[in-house]
Amino acid sequence: MDTDDDFMSNVSSEDDMLPDDSDNDISGDDDFGFDDEPDAYIDSQKEIGNKRKTAYDISFKVYQPADVQKQQDDFIDEVNMILDISKEEAAILLRYFRWNKERLIEDYMDRPSQVLEAAGLAQTSAALPKMQVIPGFVCDICCEDEPGLQSFALKCNHRYCVDCYRHYLSQKIRGEGEAARIQCPSEGCNLIIDARSLDLLVTPELTERYHELLHRTYVEDKETLKWCPAPDCQNAIECGVKKKDLDKVVPTVSCLCGHRFCFGCIVNDHQPAPCEQVKRWLKKCADDSETANWISANTKECPKCNSTIEKNGGCNHMTCRKCKHEFCWMCMGLWSEHGTSWYNCNRFEEKSGTDARDAQAKSRVSLERYLHYYNRYANHEQSARLDKDIYHKTEKKMVQLQKESGMSWIEVQYLNSASQALQTCRQTLMWTYAFAFYLARNNLTEIFEDNQKDLEMAVEALSEMFERPITELAEPKLKVEIMDKTSYCNKRRVILLEDTAQNLADGRWTFNSELIGSGANGSSSTRR
Amino acid sequence: MASQNKRIAKELGEVTTSPPAGITVTLPNDSDLHKWHVVLEGPENTVYAGAKFGLIVSLPVEYPFKAPTVTFATRIYHPNVTNDSIGSICLGPLKAENWKPSTKLAGVLEAVRALLAEPMPDDPLEARIADEYRSDRKEFDKNARVYVQRYAKGAVKFDALAAAAEADAKKGAGAGAGSGSSAGGGAP
Repeated sequence: MDTDDDFMSNVSSEDDMLPDDSDNDISGDDDFGFDDEPDAYIDSQKEIGNKRKTAYDISFKVYQPADVQKQQDDFIDEVNMILDISKEEAAILLRYFRWNKERLIEDYMDRPSQVLEAAGLAQTSAALPKMQVIPGFVCDICCEDEPGLQSFALKCNHRYCVDCYRHYLSQKIRGEGEAARIQCPSEGCNLIIDARSLDLLVTPELTERYHELLHRTYVEDKETLKWCPAPDCQNAIECGVKKKDLDKVVPTVSCLCGHRFCFGCIVNDHQPAPCEQVKRWLKKCADDSETANWISANTKECPKCNSTIEKNGGCNHMTCRKCKHEFCWMCMGLWSEHGTSWYNCNRFEEKSGTDARDAQAKSRVSLERYLHYYNRYANHEQSARLDKDIYHKTEKKMVQLQKESGMSWIEVQYLNSASQALQTCRQTLMWTYAFAFYLARNNLTEIFEDNQKDLEMAVEALSEMFERPITELAEPKLKVEIMDKTSYCNKRRVILLEDTAQNLADGRWTFNSELIGSGANGSSSTRR
Repeated sequence: MASQNKRIAKELGEVTTSPPAGITVTLPNDSDLHKWHVVLEGPENTVYAGAKFGLIVSLPVEYPFKAPTVTFATRIYHPNVTNDSIGSICLGPLKAENWKPSTKLAGVLEAVRALLAEPMPDDPLEARIADEYRSDRKEFDKNARVYVQRYAKGAVKFDALAAAAEADAKKGAGAGAGSGSSAGGGAP
């Protein structure tokens, strides 16, 4: 409520401070000019019809398995018609060209025989690989030499017995999930086994798996298509965002199955942080780089044998347990050179000593900074889980509530909306902390932090209401409050994402280039 | 199964009757064709010259459709071999995606020996040793020779090596960098 006013004043002050803001940016901000909280719920309804696309929205399309199949069939039909070749051959050619239809047609028009040859479709019957019995043949894989042994070789003439070929293919298809690009079994031979030979060799029990893998290559070969990563989901998503644009947009898509993920890196929705940051952040949180940081903040190495030493009390006269080297903890110099000035090591102020001390202090500050953001990130992650738990409990009570209060199923759905809002908003909040970790401090950062704070306060308030006992939840007053808060949370999230996405697209954020050690002063920052 | 043994028996026969230079293969257990003991002589004119390394080759049941595993039983100081009692090797043809069923073990062992003559520091298992190999060749040579002196002199005793590796595994990682501590004495 009053936080809203803060937000508005910040927007205007931003405009004052950044005169190079283009006009449409300002009008963009005007979209939010009427978001006093009590009206928010109604406004959000109104907005759906006439609001321009928000900056963080990207266009995408969800395809179900039948759609994916139909697309492939359409491609095949088209090539089949234009080039006057069989559908089966068209499919092989398309896979060979990684479903790049234009290039296939162009190349085929230019030099048809080479194209067919390369895809393993050579027309001359002599070149067509088939199973053969060759007298005196010894298979180089299994060393079998019995007469009448069926053998097979591709154009490269590396001949092996059919049994070994089948073994090899089943290892590749079942074991490694390969289908369209399996090489000749000969060492050093890169010839790809063409689809026709595969059809000839693959045993019936593998055919299904093999065709499924072939089917998958369609989505995997196309840059604009990706599988939905949710378990058991078979849909594919089409999105035009290119890899090179990932520093400008966070292409979040949502599948029909309800799963929301980033089209760029397949990780769960991580707005507002861009993919590259997410990768670094997750790596940073996962690996033990912070253990290393702790070590550098709390320990020193023995100047002689490099054993890591934590000072656990006592005086500055250190004797390494390992190599018996005696040195001064303060200046790391030889103890013998200290004479009698034990407790006021005068070499302490020397340059090398100061440098060492600075390095230690810096490491400590950087560690604290990281922990600040990490704790908040982890907290939202955990809270989202807990909110979900509560929701599951509440869900049961909703049924009870229905019975006791006489409310209909539709009427208790506000709890569902509230839970979903909590999940999405916490997901966003979580990533705002990773994002903030990499931000260099400037005016934009302050606006961002205000937005973050507003969303966080709204979410915590809603979360608290959500935890009330079931009897209170049934009160109409609380119900209205929860509904209002839910839509307010959603709205705050939109505002935050809108702001971050717009600035990202315009390249206005400044990130700190070095993650460890560079302070938030932006002096060593780079623009992306 | 029978045909796979045929292939292994044939390879083993070839390796023992006309062994590649500096490579001796024995079966620790005559009834098990899937485990080979190999003694590899360090190539001449390298820091490993004069050394005898014990290698263990394990052939999976799916061999030759799956790659064998080859490990150093003898400790060796090398960028592409892990510096521990496991002695894993990083070698292109042994990786699952590169393995071809027509690849022969003799060729693999020769490739391992070639790796001793010419380490590949750009594809290291031990990054520190690789750095040293690139930037301080003298120090690397010295360390490699120290390892040879300490671990790779005389006949290879596979039983003793296996026992030592087991003992190492039990001890765990406790033998890492020793933690010194203050030995603060009193002020005078």
